[in-house]
Amino acid sequence: MAEPVDVVEALKAEFPDAVEDVIEEFGELTLVVKRESVPEICKFLRDADGLRFKMLADITGVDYYPQNPRFAVCYHLYSLDFNRVVRIKTYTDENTPVPTLTDLWPAANWPEREIYDMFGVRFEGHPDLRRLLMPPNWEGHPLRKDYPLGDEPTQFSFNWRRIDAGKPYVVRPPESDSD
Amino acid sequence: MEVELSEVKVESEHFWWGSLEDLRGVISDRAFKGETMLLHMGPQHPTTHGVLHLLLELDGENVVNCVPDIGYLHTGIEKTMESKTYVRAIPLTDRMDYLNPPANNLAYVLAIEKLIGIEVPPRAQALRVIFAELMRIASHLVWIGIFGLDMGAMSMMLYCFRERERILELYEMVAGQRMMGTYIRPGGVWRDVPEEFFPAVREFLDIFRHKLDDYERLLRRNPIWEERTHGVGVVSADEAIALGMTGPCLRASGVNWDVRKAMPYCGYEQYEFDIPIGENGDVYDRYWCRFREMEQSARIIKQAIDNMPDGPVMSDDRKWVPPPKSEIGHSMESLIHHFKYWTEGIRPPKGEVFVMIEAARGMMGCYLASDGGPHPYRVHFRQPTYMHISALPHIVKGMIIPDLVAVLGSIDIVLGDVDR
Repeated sequence: MAEPVDVVEALKAEFPDAVEDVIEEFGELTLVVKRESVPEICKFLRDADGLRFKMLADITGVDYYPQNPRFAVCYHLYSLDFNRVVRIKTYTDENTPVPTLTDLWPAANWPEREIYDMFGVRFEGHPDLRRLLMPPNWEGHPLRKDYPLGDEPTQFSFNWRRIDAGKPYVVRPPESDSD
Repeated sequence: MEVELSEVKVESEHFWWGSLEDLRGVISDRAFKGETMLLHMGPQHPTTHGVLHLLLELDGENVVNCVPDIGYLHTGIEKTMESKTYVRAIPLTDRMDYLNPPANNLAYVLAIEKLIGIEVPPRAQALRVIFAELMRIASHLVWIGIFGLDMGAMSMMLYCFRERERILELYEMVAGQRMMGTYIRPGGVWRDVPEEFFPAVREFLDIFRHKLDDYERLLRRNPIWEERTHGVGVVSADEAIALGMTGPCLRASGVNWDVRKAMPYCGYEQYEFDIPIGENGDVYDRYWCRFREMEQSARIIKQAIDNMPDGPVMSDDRKWVPPPKSEIGHSMESLIHHFKYWTEGIRPPKGEVFVMIEAARGMMGCYLASDGGPHPYRVHFRQPTYMHISALPHIVKGMIIPDLVAVLGSIDIVLGDVDR
């Protein structure tokens, strides 16, 4: 087995323009990279000797509203051989899609769908970009910061009729003109 | 009265999740020509272990494509947590994987602790380990019971739930609740265990050892069960990694990876235990790994009780941890800390962390981003079962329906965990 290689040095040598920022805090390494180079960087991290980040641990999105570009997509890659995690982070806005990772890992399929569902970030080349958790006819993307937190009153015996009267399935008799 | 067939309208516009046209590419073109059949399995089906909906494209009895549809239990926990303070969001995490709540607490609390950099006393660490392992056993017991039920070994469920109930009683003794205990808090655990707790756990472990043998005999001497698990649903090691499978499902495929060994947390490095590794990656190996894991969990609990350190169960760093009730009566400072903690909450420094733990079903990750305010800016849970269901279509292609039930049972899903 090859010796572990420093992730930042290897990436900067291979992709001099793509890495925009390197953050090390709380003992974790974050690499902010350009949106369009995410797949090739991830492919390099997965296959190169001394890196071998073979497991896609997680993909998640963050909404930094009102910052522009407002969305961040975080990829957490894990190396089984060298037991370490790296976070790849890229920024995007509502209209610009991020290239998909489904060609590299089938595991990227559902997390990307979830980010599309929850944030409205589109993934270019995704084979099946439908909503995952919300119903297909849902409007809006719930995890956006400008999406309000809704609530539903709980029906008990004492407030049953009042709440029930406001439900959409209630059909009121048509008002007649005579009286 | 006769009905003209032409009058019967099929409202394809309002198919159960939009129009069938959306699925072009996911299901084959043969389905659109009517050569294969589309069958809905679930959302209320006994073998889907909750409200999971599978759309099966069938050629005879062979599964051509399988399209899982989740979200029936989606309660927006991640969104709700953003509006709570850090500590008040912990009870929500209990509700995700409801068969293994302490692990959910643990992932979230470890993420907070990583942000604030707090030292946890050794007694609290050991108690965390005890409850994580007890609930791992409880969760695996439920799994084996229900899996037996799926596979034609019906008595398993009755026996397994009996032992699980004993574990829940132990949890109730300490946390005051059978399942949603919210026992693990930032800086330690909620309170110390009562005197009768350790003898009760020892008694349970003594009984449990014999019960495990019974269960194994119940299953292994059941020819139907044996027949339906060997060589079914094989996943190779590389495939399992690429599909994001973790935990017993990954280890059944022969990959030696357990977060407790790879990146020890809560002092797991002090305990001696083995990681059971399968060979074939089939349904039987997944069962075997879980079964052996229960034995190892019992081993860890025994060591933890034998070497239980004395001392506090909560850190005394008043910036992050509330003062005990006894202090509030005579210390003005404690009163202020108490008030600030429960009204405003804690304010971890700005940043983001990703924590991985080994939950009962696999690697559970918690991504926590803080903006320096009293509310979590973004919490995301990477759930093992979520990845396992997303891997299901790849595993079951070409199988027959009874094998699909076996595979679905063997990957051990909890829909509360998947949908969050």
